[in-house]
Amino acid sequence: MNNSIMILIFIISTVAGYKLIKDVPSLLHTPLMSGMNAFSGITVVGAILTTASAAALHSKILGAIAIILAMINVVGGFYITDRMLGKFKSGLKDK
Amino acid sequence: MELNIVNIVSLVIILICAADIKLMSSPKTALVGNRIGALSMLAAILFVLIYNDIITIPLLLVSLIIGAFIGILFTYKTGGVKIPQLVALFNGFGGGASLIVSFILLLEQGSNIDTFARFTAFSGAIVGGLTFSGSLIAAGKLEGIINQKPVTIKAHSMITSLLLIILLAIMIFGTVIDDYIVTFASGATVLSLLFGVIFAIRIGGADMPITISLLNSCSGLAASVCGFAVGDIILISLGAIVGASGLILTQIMCKAMNRSLWHILTGSTYRKVIDSSTETIVEIKSDGAKKEVHNYLEIVNKAKNIIIVPGYGMALSQAQEQVKLLFDYLIGKGKDVRFAIHPVAGRMPGHMNVLLAEVDIPYEYLCDIDTINPEFASTDVVIVVGACDVINPEAITAQGTPIYGMPILRVHEAKHVIVCNKDTKPGYSGVENSLYNKSNVTLLLGNAADTLAELISQLQNDLQSDTVLQD
Repeated sequence: MNNSIMILIFIISTVAGYKLIKDVPSLLHTPLMSGMNAFSGITVVGAILTTASAAALHSKILGAIAIILAMINVVGGFYITDRMLGKFKSGLKDK
Repeated sequence: MELNIVNIVSLVIILICAADIKLMSSPKTALVGNRIGALSMLAAILFVLIYNDIITIPLLLVSLIIGAFIGILFTYKTGGVKIPQLVALFNGFGGGASLIVSFILLLEQGSNIDTFARFTAFSGAIVGGLTFSGSLIAAGKLEGIINQKPVTIKAHSMITSLLLIILLAIMIFGTVIDDYIVTFASGATVLSLLFGVIFAIRIGGADMPITISLLNSCSGLAASVCGFAVGDIILISLGAIVGASGLILTQIMCKAMNRSLWHILTGSTYRKVIDSSTETIVEIKSDGAKKEVHNYLEIVNKAKNIIIVPGYGMALSQAQEQVKLLFDYLIGKGKDVRFAIHPVAGRMPGHMNVLLAEVDIPYEYLCDIDTINPEFASTDVVIVVGACDVINPEAITAQGTPIYGMPILRVHEAKHVIVCNKDTKPGYSGVENSLYNKSNVTLLLGNAADTLAELISQLQNDLQSDTVLQD
């Protein structure tokens, strides 16, 4: 892919992300952080691609480790965020 | 950019993720948002497997399943109190994966890929490496395996700077020189891991929210840079969003602690002040101004509006359950109760909110600093549970102290304050809290869980004896 397009996507994403996340109230900062943390595990896609195309055995083994690490990040991250958000309850119906 | 299937699917997944983040801005929709995010991530993984026709490679599938299983296991076994260290640990794993991906890329095709890809692969290895080791150290500190106090070694700042310069040099030379790529890649890996350790080991407890936010940002950046190297726009885009998110949180945390990012990075901690003050146990002088208030039970029982201020001490003594009991008692008596949450209370951004949500306190009662600060002056009673620096009025008056200028919860403006802290020692900043000496402040010292339990039963007794008298 064209390098300048990749840089453009990077800049747009940073700015858009900045604008989107500025609206998140401090109440949800922890779930936001752990949810974003799960997103950073998207590197699993890169790990899959490099492992699939790796030739040497040691590269394959390293790649498998990368996939495992990234998957722990993704699955654990979304799961814990889910559990946290499940605890945030509104009290209005009690009143 | 050509409109092929890969790009279209990638863009759709990115847009869905953006919508998911939008949903994260309200507690009503955040849960749905997070689940959509998880599904779109699953879609991204399946797409890359199916489109490249690699779904049948056993190694990939087995690794994916093992990772997912461990992720579930880790989270399943962990209680709410350990969330900060778990988030730090996961963060480190993401960084570690980015490091390995970049490393393999350099190892396998280092001399074949173009300069740009090689440059980004080196950057990915370095950012990923420092995220990995830095996060593990942070998690270790939060778990208590590693000394939670800032650890400094000889010439700490000089070593940090030196490492940074060497890493930059490796990045540049590794990119332009075609030979020795494996050597350069190995050097970048080892040194970036070392850098992460040296950086994180110097961070103390209360600086943790800033450190975690910063490492979170780094893990996003690592994924993004990795995306440049492998030429995948989902990685670039989502990584960049995570990077921006971490940066915003870092900014907010820095502002709330009145510290500049530069001070954190260069490690100018509060440590010196702490060292001198913890040695001499501070005695609260009962000078003329300080009268012991014995009727605080009556004050609480008669109060109309009450604000509870939780701090890290609440998390340490596991007093959330007691706070909830107190909350129920006060609400049951028809009082107007709210919680005042300082942005850096605890060990990660928004830590207190999670702890209070876990004990079923509805989120409408949790107020942030800007909402609650104008309310203190008209509040009858404030009950502080394990908070010190964030309520220290010295931040407004005492020029030259580390906390001067730091935004605080203006607890001192309330008519009466009850402090359930462990002791009267200064908090992390090392600045003594002048609030304790005020005449309208009652100190209930000791383990917050115990003092709160005691307070609740005393309140009930006081109310009973009151009604007996009236009869």
